[in-house]
Amino acid sequence: MSPFLFWIFALLTLIFGAAVVINRNPVASALSLVVSFLGLAALFMSLNAYFIGIIQVLVYAGAVMVLFLFIIMLLNLRAEEARRINWLATAGGVAVALILLGQIFSVISHLKFAQNPFPPLAGLTVDDVRNIGAVLFRNYNLPFQIVGVLVLVATVGVVLLSKREPR
Amino acid sequence: MAITVSRPKLNWRERLYLPAIVAGLAITFKHFKNLLLGRTKVTMQYPEQKWDGNLPDYYRGAPALVRDEDGRVRCVACQLCEFICPPRAIKIIPGEIDSTDRFAKVEKYPEAFDIDMIRCIFCGMCEEVCPEQAIFLRKDYAITGFTRADMVHHKEKLLEIGGVMHGVVLKWNKKK
Amino acid sequence: MTPESFLIITSLLKIVGILFIVILPMVSYAVYAERKVSAAIQDRLGPNRVGPAGLLQPIADMFKLLLKEDFTPRAANTFYYWLAPCLAVMPAIITIAVVPFGSTLFGVPMVIADVNVGILFVFAIASLGVYGIVIGGWASNSKYPFLGGIRSSAQMLSYELSLGLAVIPVFLLVGNLRLTSVVRYQIEHGWFIAPFIGDWTNPWKWLLTIPMIVSFIVFTIAIFAETNRLPFDLPEAEQELAGGYNTEYSSMKFSLYFLGEYAAMITGSAVIVTLFFGGWHLPGIPDGSHGWIFGLINIAVFFAKVAIIIFFFMWVRWTLPRFRYDQLMRLGWLFFFEIALVNIFVVAAIVPFIQ
Repeated sequence: MSPFLFWIFALLTLIFGAAVVINRNPVASALSLVVSFLGLAALFMSLNAYFIGIIQVLVYAGAVMVLFLFIIMLLNLRAEEARRINWLATAGGVAVALILLGQIFSVISHLKFAQNPFPPLAGLTVDDVRNIGAVLFRNYNLPFQIVGVLVLVATVGVVLLSKREPR
Repeated sequence: MAITVSRPKLNWRERLYLPAIVAGLAITFKHFKNLLLGRTKVTMQYPEQKWDGNLPDYYRGAPALVRDEDGRVRCVACQLCEFICPPRAIKIIPGEIDSTDRFAKVEKYPEAFDIDMIRCIFCGMCEEVCPEQAIFLRKDYAITGFTRADMVHHKEKLLEIGGVMHGVVLKWNKKK
Repeated sequence: MTPESFLIITSLLKIVGILFIVILPMVSYAVYAERKVSAAIQDRLGPNRVGPAGLLQPIADMFKLLLKEDFTPRAANTFYYWLAPCLAVMPAIITIAVVPFGSTLFGVPMVIADVNVGILFVFAIASLGVYGIVIGGWASNSKYPFLGGIRSSAQMLSYELSLGLAVIPVFLLVGNLRLTSVVRYQIEHGWFIAPFIGDWTNPWKWLLTIPMIVSFIVFTIAIFAETNRLPFDLPEAEQELAGGYNTEYSSMKFSLYFLGEYAAMITGSAVIVTLFFGGWHLPGIPDGSHGWIFGLINIAVFFAKVAIIIFFFMWVRWTLPRFRYDQLMRLGWLFFFEIALVNIFVVAAIVPFIQ
């Protein structure tokens, strides 16, 4: 992928990521997050990680955020828009973010691997779906199954909690 | 008293719904196929096809003024139709007939005779009440116009629709 | 010409060709076809005034919608109110990018983007389609559109599950998520709707037919729900919600919703054709490598199949009444979800005996 496209999608992700925090309207925040996810998915795809990219869209943008939006729309969050901005807290947040950014930058600049250029991608011949499947079901089968059971337990718990008591 | 309606007990085949859905699809497809094959009777395509030839004699279309065989406008401007008209669609301005005229005995004629076709309800009371057999409901029904003024039928238009009526009583001719 | 610029030029030609020559006219004529089919089913004639047999009706409709007043309610959230109709059309049209609509034409494969996650791409983009409806319903700031939007988000999330699970049997057999591989597998082993074709003697192939047909039925019903077509058109539900999410919309914004619905129907049918009816394949017709005329015939075969599925969509719409909302949810979660899940295990049990 050309650097031009990389910068477009990276900027898209960052700008809309910031918009999630800056927007006072919860629905606008949620939609900004969706656009941010789409930009992130495009960055994944630029690394030939099509599966991760598309799952990013399918799960986060397509399902999780729809549920978020669903809840946000049902609640009346008009009060949030009217609230005044606490400048002290904002300054503190920005300071924390800047310190974190500086730390990440200094760590990466001292890392030896970061000095090397990024190795060229293997090209379109790699089937990342097959690779992910192979790794997941051969090397990490047990953790995968455990995660599956965990999710099942959570699902059963939700069904039980939301079930109406028989009278 | 509240009545509890017991729901019918469905057997497994009915509860599957699929047979009913397939039967429904078969019915709608039959209609679709019949129309494509031209077996379905469809409604008349109005502006191209009309039912005009089959209108009965007693059809109540647009009211119109008629002339008799002599070419005389039969209306004597008695204003009974204006009076009886339920939606008050008729407006008549009577005028006096000149004493030298052949029909001077009639005394009055309509100087203006307007029927507002927006108001007319095609009830036929004007025809019923007319002592002179001067106004008749004809078979015209497609009365259209772009403005309200277009929809008012003036005397000329009414006479044009009415035309000449044969076989009416000519009571004024004998009393010359 | 370098391979890269050749790729870019052919891709652009394919995008423009498929979008402006096939999909958009198909969308506008799907509206016409819908009216004609509904008329025929109800013993009427349908549009027959504009042009011969009413064939110019879509153009007249377009002019009418363009010239209508574009009204934005004062209480609406203007930015999102304008954004929503665009979001409703976009996903439906993007989805066609991964669907192989023909074999090859002059050596160029007739698919815009042959990605290795084809079917996941379809689902991911289709799942974005709900935003157009939800945002439209919310931004209108009116109760009926809002209810329509809420219904739509719940309905689409519920039926995405059965949609995803219903196609897994197909990919268990193909072993690849690429949609071109699905078509190639079907050419070699028979269409998935009738996998025994070409292999009459194998009883396992006959046994496979049952779960494949179940899979097809569940998938088709889920597509009905995803495209908001009757009997699952609860988000618009004219009688109860006064038009649902598009109640407050007028003029071109309304027609964008309308076009989005039909575009979604066309892409949904295209996916059904690709997965279960062999894509562009018709027994006896060679692929595009035997001459460009066959390449064109393959494309025509594909869109003919799509048209048949679209007719089925319309036929069902004018036959079945709408479901009640609780029935819809019960059907999705307690019936199709389980059937699709069991179906996967049945196919997985059969697969070892086939290879």
